[in-house]
Amino acid sequence: MTGDFPKEWQYRTPKTKLLIWAFWLCMVAGFVYCWQVMNEGTIWFFVQDAPKQAADIGGRMWPPKLSYVPELMRPLWDTLNMATLGTMLGVILAVPVAFLAARNTTPSAAILRPIALFIIVASRSINSLIWALLLVAILGPGILAGIIAIGFRSVGFVGKLLYEAIEETDVTQIEAIRATGASPSQVLNYAIVPQVLPAFWGITVFRWDINIRESAILGLVGAGGLGLKLQASLNVLAWPQVTTILLLILLTVVLSEWVSAKVRTALI
Amino acid sequence: MLNVEHLTKTYKTGDKALSDVSFTVEKGQVVGLIGPSGAGKSSLIRCVNRLVEPTSGAIKLNGTDLVGLGAGDLRRARRRIGMIFQEYALVERLTVMENVLSGRLGYVSFWQSFSRRYPGTDIERAYRLLDRVGLIDHADKRADALSGGQRQRVGIARALSQEPELLLVDEPTASLDPKTSRQIMRLLIEICQERDLPAIVNIHDVPLAQQFMQRIIGLRAGQVVFDGTPDQLTEDVLTTIYGAEDWTAMRQGAQEDAQAERDAAREMARLGA
Repeated sequence: MTGDFPKEWQYRTPKTKLLIWAFWLCMVAGFVYCWQVMNEGTIWFFVQDAPKQAADIGGRMWPPKLSYVPELMRPLWDTLNMATLGTMLGVILAVPVAFLAARNTTPSAAILRPIALFIIVASRSINSLIWALLLVAILGPGILAGIIAIGFRSVGFVGKLLYEAIEETDVTQIEAIRATGASPSQVLNYAIVPQVLPAFWGITVFRWDINIRESAILGLVGAGGLGLKLQASLNVLAWPQVTTILLLILLTVVLSEWVSAKVRTALI
Repeated sequence: MLNVEHLTKTYKTGDKALSDVSFTVEKGQVVGLIGPSGAGKSSLIRCVNRLVEPTSGAIKLNGTDLVGLGAGDLRRARRRIGMIFQEYALVERLTVMENVLSGRLGYVSFWQSFSRRYPGTDIERAYRLLDRVGLIDHADKRADALSGGQRQRVGIARALSQEPELLLVDEPTASLDPKTSRQIMRLLIEICQERDLPAIVNIHDVPLAQQFMQRIIGLRAGQVVFDGTPDQLTEDVLTTIYGAEDWTAMRQGAQEDAQAERDAAREMARLGA
């Protein structure tokens, strides 16, 4: 019995070892190459100057101009509305898309599912700032362009997470409802919706929280809200005003994140 | 009355789950379906309400052939067939009452079910059934707040609220402890007797099947290899169904279970005294 078995055992096969070695070789080569590219493209004179410049701008930015805050309340309200209405628009558009994209609920896997997946990818691949840029050109500047931009960007995010939640539903619960003689719409209402509802609210609040952050900068391209004020202040080099706006955005984001965390823990 | 005639099911993968299965279940008869896992028990009962599409053969429930029904007729046929599942298959996030009322989905319109406004007779029936299975006080709790045995009782109430003409029961006790298993089996048998309801019960626990069933059908590799009363289920027959090795192991397991149960009962009695 003894002695017939090898005393050595290797965790990785020689082929895997070679592959790992090759992987690290490529990584190191890539790093060296990137370092070179970075050095070529950098004007070192400016970099050496950086601490001085940073200190200079920092000095001009401080202290924030708090008297500017009342003037920011209206744009802040616009920003919040843009985020909230945009999220609602996105969710309304995303729900049908998600049901068309989920393998277990799509009415046609051959045609509608690829279309739904394409909508999701298209929406996700375009940043809301780009959406806003396009929409400001089409609709003219203002909060409406911002709302639609936020909505279009949210479709992909909410649609993707929601369709994944739909695909993860427990099939036996669905089977049980089908077995009672329920129609497809009743199966949706009784077996699928209750299972995805917590995920749905979690995703919606999470996206709303992200949208608050995004809508704060959409004004940079003319879509209204705090971003518009930020751009105006930057243009006239009113650094204390810029600081005030940034602090206000920070405060809003912290608050929205707190709300979204509260809501999500309440749901789970 | 249920007639299954020459039922065959071959899955797309080429696995032959059932081949030429034929049997008849009379009104009020409770039939146990035994066999090793993979023998086709689950496929068989899912073919009856066509959660799994049969490849060929006929399934006649009180005269109507269920194979080949269109979508609308199939839904009307399904509402006459109650089904009880191994893992209860309740909708966990709905209340007990909603779960029981969901047995009526085939009878009400979408808007009635969507707004949860069921006819008074349905609500009354649901309460009566919850009372029958001993859960009247739990009607407004969420299904996931109940224990395994309680959930299976809700599953039974849901199936019965369909006012079914046939019950399909898939491993009703596989997720339950021995004591609860016996309670659930007893409840099922009582209910079938009260309503003169025929039932097919998949069950892998042979002693439990022998204790409760009036008739047992043994499946092996998709074919009926035994059909008779529990008394006729001899060692030889069980060896045919399960294969010599598995059956010996299962019998020993059952003896150990029974022994453990007796020990536990003695222990409890001693502690109580």
